[in-house]
Amino acid sequence: MFDLTGKTALITGASGGIGGEIAKALHGAGATVGLSGTRVEPLEALAAELGERAHVLPCNLSDAEAVTALPKQAAEAMGSVDILINNAGITRDNLFMRMSEEEWASVVEVNMTATFRLCKGVLRGMMKARWGRIVNISSVVGATGNPGQGNYAAAKAGVIGMSKSLAYEVATRGITVNAVAPGFIETAMTEKLTDDQKSGILTQVPAGRMGTPGEIAAAVLYLASPEASYVTGTTLHVNGGMAML
Amino acid sequence: MSDIADRVKKIVVEHLSVDEEKVTEAASFIDDLGADSLDTVELVMAFEEEFGIEIPDDAAETIQTFGDAVKFITEAS
Repeated sequence: MFDLTGKTALITGASGGIGGEIAKALHGAGATVGLSGTRVEPLEALAAELGERAHVLPCNLSDAEAVTALPKQAAEAMGSVDILINNAGITRDNLFMRMSEEEWASVVEVNMTATFRLCKGVLRGMMKARWGRIVNISSVVGATGNPGQGNYAAAKAGVIGMSKSLAYEVATRGITVNAVAPGFIETAMTEKLTDDQKSGILTQVPAGRMGTPGEIAAAVLYLASPEASYVTGTTLHVNGGMAML
Repeated sequence: MSDIADRVKKIVVEHLSVDEEKVTEAASFIDDLGADSLDTVELVMAFEEEFGIEIPDDAAETIQTFGDAVKFITEAS
């Protein structure tokens, strides 16, 4: 099950906790992986760890031209892009009344607009191949909202609406587009929280613990697999039950 | 019929699975040949590859019929 031998996958945010695990999971299933991110060192370390079938493709997702060029670079390096995982994300939290235009715009740009650009960039190859998998990483807060994260929640909800619309358009071409919405996962992003904040959050999680990056990667692997060919336009919530949607 | 028209017709016939006789000068891809909007995008992609040209999005929108396609490609190549 879940054999990706011969497939190529581009993963953004591969230098982060969740992205790195996604790359490992897809690579472990046989895929050739393109590791993208802003920080080159962790990408190269990950590529070295994976060995063969791993390419480093640095990209700053707030740079529109670089984002547009990324799918082409990935296709040149790997021969094609069969699977796209839009995982990269940033937060710039602030109370709504204090949120600046810049905080709003930068989060929307990286978390939503870059996802749009990358989806657009890989579609031509997928349409020709009559096969493709796009998995966009959303967030539980895109569905529930979260104080201090008006920008992030809006962008993550936007990604879900975008995924569904695109899923409609390309379903007849063998391309599926889905979202994975993680809850609270042990990553650098949630490490910033204080112990009090963490225990507060955990009271809302029926599973009583934070999730691991590997648990997100497993959901992504499923949606990227040939077995998930009849699953499109859906959002897979991986959140320990904190929001049963 | 010109060489370009022949090549365009071949792509249209193959891609939309229609009879060659139906692909007339005035035949609209969507109204007469059963294409959906995504088919028209794919046809443009196929034309670009066959003729080694770039068809920008605003130009692609003006290519509605077989005749439009032949005319555009003849001028572009």
